[in-house]
Amino acid sequence: MAFESASPIISPQDFNLDTEVKWCPGCGGHAVLSSMKKALPNIGVPKEKIVFVSGIGCSSRFPYYINTYGFHSLHGRAPAIASGIKVTNPELSVWIITGDGDSMAIGGNHFIHILRRNIDVNIILFNNKIYGLTKGQYSPTTPLGSVTKTSPEGTIENPFLPGELAMGAQGTFYARVVDTNPKMMTEVFIKAAQHKGTSLVEVLQNCIIFNNQVHADITGKDVRDENQIYLEHGKPMIFGKNRDKGLIQSGSKFIVVKIGEHGIRKEDILVHNVHNPDDTSHYMLSRMTHPDYPVAMGVIREWKTGVYENMLYKQIKESKRKSKIHTVNDLLRSGSTFKIE
Amino acid sequence: MERKKDKKVIELEEVVVKFAGDSGDGMQLTGNQFSDTSAFVGNDLSTFPDYPAEIRAPEGTIGGVSGFQVHIGQKEIQTPGDQADVLVAMNPAALKANLRWLKKGATIIIDIDNFDNKHYKKAGYAEDPMHDGSLEGYKVIKAPITSLTRTTVTEYKIDMRSADKMRNQFVAGMLYWMFNRDIKIGEIFLKNKFKKKPKLKIANISILHSGYNYAETIEALNVTFQVKPIAEQKGLFRNITGNQATSWGLLAAAEKAGKKLFLGSYPITPASEILQELSKLKALNAITFQAEDEIAGICAAIGASYTGSLAVTSTSGPGMALKSEAIGLAVITELPLVIVNVQRGGPSTGLPTKTEQTDLLQALYGRNGESPCVVIAASTPANCFQFAYHAAKIAIEHMTPVILLSDGYLANGSELWPIPKTEDLMPIEAPVVKDNDPYYLPYHRDPDKLSRFWATPGQEGLRHRVGGLEKADVTGEVSHDPLNHEIMVLTRNEKVERVADYIPEQTIYGKKRGDLLVIGWGGTFGALHTAVKELQDEGKCISMVQFNYINPLPRNTRQILKGFKKRIVCELNLGQFALYLRSKYPQFDYIQYNKVQGLPFMIFELKYKFNEILEEI
Repeated sequence: MAFESASPIISPQDFNLDTEVKWCPGCGGHAVLSSMKKALPNIGVPKEKIVFVSGIGCSSRFPYYINTYGFHSLHGRAPAIASGIKVTNPELSVWIITGDGDSMAIGGNHFIHILRRNIDVNIILFNNKIYGLTKGQYSPTTPLGSVTKTSPEGTIENPFLPGELAMGAQGTFYARVVDTNPKMMTEVFIKAAQHKGTSLVEVLQNCIIFNNQVHADITGKDVRDENQIYLEHGKPMIFGKNRDKGLIQSGSKFIVVKIGEHGIRKEDILVHNVHNPDDTSHYMLSRMTHPDYPVAMGVIREWKTGVYENMLYKQIKESKRKSKIHTVNDLLRSGSTFKIE
Repeated sequence: MERKKDKKVIELEEVVVKFAGDSGDGMQLTGNQFSDTSAFVGNDLSTFPDYPAEIRAPEGTIGGVSGFQVHIGQKEIQTPGDQADVLVAMNPAALKANLRWLKKGATIIIDIDNFDNKHYKKAGYAEDPMHDGSLEGYKVIKAPITSLTRTTVTEYKIDMRSADKMRNQFVAGMLYWMFNRDIKIGEIFLKNKFKKKPKLKIANISILHSGYNYAETIEALNVTFQVKPIAEQKGLFRNITGNQATSWGLLAAAEKAGKKLFLGSYPITPASEILQELSKLKALNAITFQAEDEIAGICAAIGASYTGSLAVTSTSGPGMALKSEAIGLAVITELPLVIVNVQRGGPSTGLPTKTEQTDLLQALYGRNGESPCVVIAASTPANCFQFAYHAAKIAIEHMTPVILLSDGYLANGSELWPIPKTEDLMPIEAPVVKDNDPYYLPYHRDPDKLSRFWATPGQEGLRHRVGGLEKADVTGEVSHDPLNHEIMVLTRNEKVERVADYIPEQTIYGKKRGDLLVIGWGGTFGALHTAVKELQDEGKCISMVQFNYINPLPRNTRQILKGFKKRIVCELNLGQFALYLRSKYPQFDYIQYNKVQGLPFMIFELKYKFNEILEEI
């Protein structure tokens, strides 16, 4: 797919702002920002109708760096703010920018509820597994045992996998990308925008200062082909430098097999069905972690179902059709009234 | 109907009726039915439901007593009344809980079927109250309400449990007779209530008639009462509660401003009815977003406000505490927002179903940073409409969050309300920006109001960013500059101060100079005004002010305070408004009269206190 602007009017440069981007040099955020600017001209929405909403944290400075409407809100609350925006004006393309602290800790409640409601917004979750802006405390996604400023002997908390939460909350779109692959990011951001419902894109992002190389096992140039599996709908789930490994189901689990060994043929490899309403396989894919499995990348789940604001406006339309009350004057005079003469 | 006996009709100026029973006895329904009927015949009225926090508290116990008091009159009625002339007590607990709120010589209707040893024990009576002398001086009517109700419905094949739920209609029937009401009005009420349940409709109507006929037959009730229509008021009226009036006032404002109404809210007593009411009114472009928590409720409203809705969040004290961070966001982003706090007893969960005025300082100061908000308080159930409307008008026109304080007493209480025409309401002009306005900057301000302008996502050529970080004056870029911060803090403060130029002057009830000025705010108006008026009628040199605009205060406040020898601030807290007045006008002395029992003021206690002070002058 080419990422030149689909419209002669909108180009990635249209989203540039004069303000200085204040992320650290080498921060994964820069790649997300430029991939987003490449994606936006391709989502079929005029630039005035795009809104970025964020919470608090390094990632949440994003709206200040992109020339759209923007709202840098409160820690964890971006999904709630975005819900009010989208419900008021469903024509808007609404993007939530959040981090692992913002969405998994203080905003955990809002995060699961927006997914459950399936409001048509897109969430970009920068997962660097650390608190960056407050300078290096562990987050809800920090791997067990990690030594950080607030866990000098190692963390004793089990980390969240955002994908697991998304499935548990009945999320309808979940994708995972890495900040070292801009092409993959742009492609997935466009798919997220096209999905009707809440789209969650988890970006495995590097924090060069406080958690450098946290994703190196997955993203490193030498290991990425072996340790990532890029999923595409309708295609067999194959990975590896030589495209010779794949996933098959064994009992209630996926197992990694080598094509050609033990009689395994390419046709035996499971085909990814992103649209399956049953999220069991998507849940299993989202849980695959290194070193037991390759980490799933790309769109893991995309379920087309009812969208909150569509149902809401349908109810409004129906109410207007059925109701005898069309103005506040009608309302004030409805029910029991008494004429005193 | 043929009269079975001669009745002696006594004309009353006003009467207070209290309905009391278990929380499942339908006392609220009967109370509303009696109120509506009184309004229908043109009485003025004021009601006050008093119910426990539990949905079905243990039957027959004092804690489970649910009450509904209604005060009707042929003169202007401003409170539900201190004490009742008629008490309906469905069981001994209801009698015990209400006896001290009865006038001497009051009529007590009891369901004698429930007055047995088992019920006495539950109510905590050591002896049978029928014979212990405690009811001496009252006119007690012992009606077999339960058994006669059951007998009445046998033909409808209704089980006993369901039959017992309809006992309230037997009581209603008795009262229709006692107050010379047309029973057809009661039938209409039931026909509407049970529109979709024909069997229940017929049974209830039948019981209503049984009660009526019973009252007509028994000797004990040979006197009936008549309360004539109020003479001073004419026009179209309705009985309205504070929560309903608040909801409708907000809707009227949205319609006037040409905006969608967006309510982000989370259920909480006693504010939930606002969310419930507006969720029924989608036909008028009301969007209700029942959020996952109080925080999400207000945050969704802030998002809606940024996008051009008239945005509202409704809650009570504990929810208000959770919203304080987000109110700060609305302050710094300078977006219009109405925050309705229906106050209840606190702190913490406190007394969820009881009224109090203890959240005033929270509304004024309960946020981090210099975070000024406009604060307005409604003072009667019906004027919740007017103040909700005005709160929305100020929020939109001045681009600021406005906190509207109501309370449990206003929210659940009701009164007769002359229905306005929306054409007569003040216009609301949103400070909108035209698409592609080349001069638009996010923090460019109206020179008079100091409000910024409302550009919304979707508008061409106005892309901009707002947020919780301090912004540079005019341009709205993120700024950590120390002097800029001070300019912004001062400007936000001045913006709220200048709202004083756009609100009415404070009304004074009585002479502008005198011995004693009674000062109240919010929901205590009815009791304070009645007490002051009665003393004025006695020739006392007393006046009164009831503040609705708290921040900023009306421009003439100092002038009013100056005109009196003494000032007494009466409030249902430990003196929060008194503290506020002392900070604003330290040159004056203030006496305090405070009550924190989860109950409204009584007129007699106020008069007693005011007389005490007047005697000292």
